[in-house]
Amino acid sequence: MKLTLKIWRQKSIDVKGAFVRYPVEDVDPEMSILECLDVLNETLILKGESPVAFEHDCREGICGSCGFVINGIPHGPERATTACQLTMRHFKEGDELTLEPWRAKAFPLIKDLVVNRRALDHIVEAGGYISVSTGQAPDGNDILIGKEVADQAMDAAACIGCGACVAACPNAAAALFTGAKIAHLSTLPQGEPERERRALAMVAQMNAEAFGNCTNIGECTAACPKEIPLDVIAKMNRDYLCGSINRRDDLPIPVAPVVG
Amino acid sequence: MTLDAKIPSGPIEQAWDKACFDMKLVNPANKRKHSLIVVGSGLAGGSAAASLGELGYNVKCFCFQDSPRRAHSIAAQGGINAAKNYPNDGESVFRLFYDTVKGGDFRAREANVYRLAQISGKIIDQCVAQGVPFAREYGGSLSNRSFGGAQVSRTFYARGQTGQQLLLGAYQALERQVHAGSVTMVPRTEMLDLVVVDGRARGIVARDLVSGKFSVHIADAVVLATGGYSNVYYLSTNAKGSNATAIWRAYKRGALFANPCFTQIHPTCIPVSGDYQSKLTLMSESLRNDGRIWVPKKKGDPRPPNQIPEDERDYYLERKYPSFGNLVPRDVASRNAKVLCDEGYGVGKTGLGVYLDFCDAIKRLGEKVVRERYGNLFEMYQRITDEDPYKVPMRIYPAMHYTMGGLWVDYELQSTIPGLFVLGEANFSDHGANRLGASALMQGLCDGYFVIPYTVANYLATNKFPKVEESNPAVQEAIAAAKTRIDKLLAIKGKRTVDSFHRELGKIVWDYCGMERTAAGLEKAIGLIRALREEYWKDVTVAGTADDLNESLEKAGRVADHFELAELMCIDARDRNESCGGHFREEYQTAEGEAQRDDEHYSYVAAWGYKGDNAPPELVKEPLEFHYVHPSQRSYK
Repeated sequence: MKLTLKIWRQKSIDVKGAFVRYPVEDVDPEMSILECLDVLNETLILKGESPVAFEHDCREGICGSCGFVINGIPHGPERATTACQLTMRHFKEGDELTLEPWRAKAFPLIKDLVVNRRALDHIVEAGGYISVSTGQAPDGNDILIGKEVADQAMDAAACIGCGACVAACPNAAAALFTGAKIAHLSTLPQGEPERERRALAMVAQMNAEAFGNCTNIGECTAACPKEIPLDVIAKMNRDYLCGSINRRDDLPIPVAPVVG
Repeated sequence: MTLDAKIPSGPIEQAWDKACFDMKLVNPANKRKHSLIVVGSGLAGGSAAASLGELGYNVKCFCFQDSPRRAHSIAAQGGINAAKNYPNDGESVFRLFYDTVKGGDFRAREANVYRLAQISGKIIDQCVAQGVPFAREYGGSLSNRSFGGAQVSRTFYARGQTGQQLLLGAYQALERQVHAGSVTMVPRTEMLDLVVVDGRARGIVARDLVSGKFSVHIADAVVLATGGYSNVYYLSTNAKGSNATAIWRAYKRGALFANPCFTQIHPTCIPVSGDYQSKLTLMSESLRNDGRIWVPKKKGDPRPPNQIPEDERDYYLERKYPSFGNLVPRDVASRNAKVLCDEGYGVGKTGLGVYLDFCDAIKRLGEKVVRERYGNLFEMYQRITDEDPYKVPMRIYPAMHYTMGGLWVDYELQSTIPGLFVLGEANFSDHGANRLGASALMQGLCDGYFVIPYTVANYLATNKFPKVEESNPAVQEAIAAAKTRIDKLLAIKGKRTVDSFHRELGKIVWDYCGMERTAAGLEKAIGLIRALREEYWKDVTVAGTADDLNESLEKAGRVADHFELAELMCIDARDRNESCGGHFREEYQTAEGEAQRDDEHYSYVAAWGYKGDNAPPELVKEPLEFHYVHPSQRSYK
């Protein structure tokens, strides 16, 4: 089939960008949208034009590298599907697809559909871990964790850090991402000792980056390719509130944000 | 040149403890005076950088992705082995060791494998403590399953995302050290050369993939954990960015490359659907626990699978290997599928596929149980193929998946260049000629968390590290070489894209150095690869410039290295006149068509040394000795 890709082209953050329309022929319904871009890029390279820059790596929906907004929806119209697994059979002859990068102040553009998501690493750096050094661990079965608890932790831990939640949010908040890590670790007994401190530190870093505030709209969970539930945000807020009441003075200071 | 593997003397059970005691330590106050470079942030690199940072070294960790959490370890689905024996089913350190040596078809080094089995339990403990949400029983204990041909249940897992969860554990440990200031993370940066000063690895040349700027990083030792080279084949289950450049540059600087022809083809992947295909998707091997593999008994049977009656189906693995059935090791399952498809029994529109059928499992266990066990995999299959595996059997075909070969390392994971350590899939050491399922995650974490912290200390404590200035001729030469290469690629301005060359190269390697190899085929492949490489350097076109984000340029450099490595793979495969594990030479098979090893002549590690672009590589042999597991013909019948 034939269709048109209307793609945001911008050489770098310092120059103005614009949409450019590219007709693509011989689109096979079984190819992914990334493979469709591969085909387009091959023709652009042979014509001496600059290929469309887009982020991708594993192409099986788990690394979290890929993602752009397709017709207004991060990762496109299919539920629980990353762009790399979105096949073209969901579109039809003559369709025009609009592709644009994640738009959020905390994700400065690098080129075309590629943005800088280091702010998400900073949030984890601030406290998204259990402080255990190599070699300090007791036997794996010393801490019994019921299946339901382990499953809940796993539901939250499934986040791939792609940033679609931020792109979907009208406020460009990173609450679902941050909440997912906090809920994963706080649900487990191993994460309990640092629970409040973790929430305070991670939320402080989230606020220091240029993310907006959460107003419980829920676009994030609807766009999430891993269907991270909205209740992780409630868990984050709870831990943050408890932490604020029991606040200690030695909390870490946020690192310099990506966008100052 | 002779190779000293530095295997500790004495009983194998005490070898690692003895080595740990014999190795020198670095005083805690001196650790921060030592700088270390870790290239790669997957299970091996991430865990190494975190653990070394915790000890107090000054660590710089590099990855080409935008974040260390993207490393391809993340895509491992099935699980991680450990000799915990929680299920009380006969597991032991010795059994895991035994199975791994046997599974590797007696081409791995016993001492390394024993250490891996010994440490395996501690890995699980560490990951649990980090908060990795492993599957649990209702009573709260860790769940285990049997996996990939093992007769005991030793595999720990986190749904179908074990690699992801283990990697996030290592990533979080790494970010904790970034926060503590002991690790500096350098993402979106690619290593382009190794700096060797006075015979020792002292740093790397790197290129910032966004600005295109070159930089030199000097350290006391360099740790490579850059994964494998499956992408030589173009189509593989590896991530698109996975590449061999770091290990190949190290090879060209003097590190020996061991067993390059030992590659693993995974039996259960979604078949290729068209020419545009950019990568292959793996369906976890755990599916073989309940799925039954078959092809129609009639060649080219046009009927849909559900209309083919039971007695007209050939459940060929169950027929040929009654005791292991569908759970035979990967190399055996893959080759059988290939042979049947080549004979014309294949299914699907390309004829390159076999059925993996859950119909009996659903009858026996009910759809609910099947959904619980494999739901996410079934969904993934349906998303890609638009077919419902609860109703129609899956179609699967083997695909390139893992490379057992890699840079040669001794027991301390040090390459033949002093100060260059190699971990995880990037080294050759633990899997011999075939890796068992759920062993790669174990090896990556074993190397990173528990081996390198000891062995690197020994190296640092026993050597002096004079300051290396950027003006040092060796540094200048390495930067110039990296820059020249980039300029050369951009200057060709030919008529073919990098991808078109890469596809063609991949097809040659897949056809002649894939699941079945012959001396004549390999000879032909070497000629084809050389000719294509020559054409590449004359006719490739690379878009854009060197001063901004340019994926076309990144790929061009990686594919140039893949050409050279592909040739070495074929040379190694041609030289090894036997069949073992994933290396199946058609000339050497038993009467039943199984791999026929030649222990008398080939019980060695083939380590190849670079002698110049136009000179043949030099073969150095490390003889393998088996004191604990007696080599036997593998039989899964």
